[in-house]
Amino acid sequence: MTAPLLEIRGLRARVGENEILRGIDLVVRPGEVHAIMGPNGSGKSTLAGALAGRPDIEVTAGSVRYEGQDLLALAPELRAREGIFLAFQYPVEIPGVTNLYFLKSALNAIRRHRGQEELDAIEFLTLVRERTKLVEMDEKMMSRAINEGFSGGEKKRNEVLQMAVLEPRLAILDETDSGLDIDALRIVSGGVNALRSPERAMLVITHYQRLLDYIVPDQVHVLAAGRIVRSGSKDLALELEEKGYGWLEEAARAS
Amino acid sequence: MPSSADTLEQLTQRDYEWGFVTDIESDSVPPGLDEDVIRLISKKKNEPDWLLDWRLEAYRRWLTMPEPAWSTVRHAPIDYQAIVYYSAPKTGAQPKSLEEVDPELLRTYEKLGIPLAEQKRLAGVAVDAVFDSVSVATTFKSELEKHGILFCSFSEAVQSHPELVRQYLGSVVPQGDNKHAALNSAVFTDGSFAYVPKGVRCPMELSTYFRINAANTGQFERTLIIADEGSYVSYLEGCTAPKRDENQLHAAVVELVALERAEIKYSTVQNWYPGDAEGRGGIYNFVTKRGKCAGRRSKISWTQVETGSAITWKYPSCILQGDESVGEFYSVALTANRQQADTGTKMIHIGKNTRSTIVSKGIAAGHGRQAYRGLVKINKGATGARNHSQCDSLLLGDKCQADTFPYLEVKNPSAVVEHEATTSKIGEDQLFYCRQRGISAEDAVSMIVNGFCKQVLRELPMEFAVEAQKLLGLSLEGSVG
Repeated sequence: MTAPLLEIRGLRARVGENEILRGIDLVVRPGEVHAIMGPNGSGKSTLAGALAGRPDIEVTAGSVRYEGQDLLALAPELRAREGIFLAFQYPVEIPGVTNLYFLKSALNAIRRHRGQEELDAIEFLTLVRERTKLVEMDEKMMSRAINEGFSGGEKKRNEVLQMAVLEPRLAILDETDSGLDIDALRIVSGGVNALRSPERAMLVITHYQRLLDYIVPDQVHVLAAGRIVRSGSKDLALELEEKGYGWLEEAARAS
Repeated sequence: MPSSADTLEQLTQRDYEWGFVTDIESDSVPPGLDEDVIRLISKKKNEPDWLLDWRLEAYRRWLTMPEPAWSTVRHAPIDYQAIVYYSAPKTGAQPKSLEEVDPELLRTYEKLGIPLAEQKRLAGVAVDAVFDSVSVATTFKSELEKHGILFCSFSEAVQSHPELVRQYLGSVVPQGDNKHAALNSAVFTDGSFAYVPKGVRCPMELSTYFRINAANTGQFERTLIIADEGSYVSYLEGCTAPKRDENQLHAAVVELVALERAEIKYSTVQNWYPGDAEGRGGIYNFVTKRGKCAGRRSKISWTQVETGSAITWKYPSCILQGDESVGEFYSVALTANRQQADTGTKMIHIGKNTRSTIVSKGIAAGHGRQAYRGLVKINKGATGARNHSQCDSLLLGDKCQADTFPYLEVKNPSAVVEHEATTSKIGEDQLFYCRQRGISAEDAVSMIVNGFCKQVLRELPMEFAVEAQKLLGLSLEGSVG
């Protein structure tokens, strides 16, 4: 078996006074797609944020190793440059900064970190042009300010486009399906699937089984009250669809 | 991990790289102000009697005027008797050409990125270099003369074109306009003068670079730009000063006159020494700038990027006298550490169908304080006048402050006046979004700030826009913990 890309052990974290993650264990290997499911408030987004280094999340115990190094010791930008990408549930707007400029700055920061040459304007445009097709995004959106005036679906497509350009090793998709209609869901999932590769792993966080019809996971984990209470194959998602989360939450409380 | 508030705090600490002192002997008058000092300045400049009388009249008015107390800026009382009112590099006779200019001065400007020497000059930009109280060099003068354009130091204009100076001096900013303008009228030492004749489109940017060097010296320059019928000119000014522990006063007056169908575009990148993190030292930048759209369909456009000075007090304004004339004000003001700024504009609509646009972007960081103060006045006769104002403030951290004071006086019912204002914080979420994409916190703040200012920066001439962007980034640079 290949060495783990991500190894989470006993991770506990809180936001303000509230302990949200109460001991997470998870191992992800290159090439794998893991789905994280669970009811609202179970800690899914906090887990994603803790991995990416969101400043308001305080890790109180446990460890996270990423490619063998201590992930929690790294500043958020270093985690990103090391290949961790978070597709935000609510992508922010930054007025006056174009998508194109933003993405070029990001890509070149990552390339510098890897000791690669920065891309010039033409090389970058060629790359972006090619990748926008992946998410069926109008190129014109690249010259608009980041997410400003974008519809919900456009924001999510933009996230996947950024992922396609930045080519992370570990992509975390935080409820990328929320707020998408069926066409947008198909397009976004298509983009994500095109990026699946033996080197790349993905954590797909979702509330609904629906997404997993499009992005088929290798493993499904159910998060309840800050712990993984069940792990299984993709069939687990179907079981959840049928039975809901209630029975697992009860089990979590009992433990 | 540091919180974003801490990060922002550190990011707003700044290093001032223009703070060096040029070691040059200067010819200065002793500190203090009375009629004799004014007579001395006038005599040094070999001025005609009418100008001396004008100065003395201003001085007498100044004595009776109170300090403006209506703004938000706070400072200890200024000791006017401790200021040196005239300081010039000791170079003997007025240099006739660049070859005669002290090499130390040329080196100073080169260090500031304003090479004056023929072979290194900025392409397409004519520069008047003002050092303390005097203009030391003006480039491209003869080139401009071919088009009939006069561009020289104010002192020189008094000698060579006294009729123009006499006609327009004080015609836009009267001697007694306010205390600082009165002081300037009494003691102004130099500055730039430009006249663009009828129908001429000035083929290059005109610019003045102001440098304060000597200690305890005030800089009181006066700029007068006249655009005759159907002409166009774009003028830029930049400014820096050494780091010193005491405050230095810079009280300038700028007057613009645009005749029929003439257009003046006036851009400022103000980078005076802002003082240190505790608020020691820095320039008091008390400036009166006003333009008169005297003729029909004339236009005056002010663009300013204010990143320096301990205190900035300035309101570049437009008097829209000609029918269908246009006034514009685009401003970015950044206050970090203990800097204060009270800035804005006045748009006085007198002529029919006059239009004005105000876009003000304020950025406050550290303990910085700032206020936008703007007056839109529509006179009775200004039928069909229109104004649109937009004032946005961006706060970095939670110890800074930004206020907006819009004043409206509308005396003509046909006027359309719109005002929009927003205040936002650089959100933790914006910063995190950028960092999650691999962009450092410093670059992220710089990017967000530049994005916020974009509407204004794009009004600047190209070279200046790049400079201004860098400056905004630099002003917020610091170590990230």
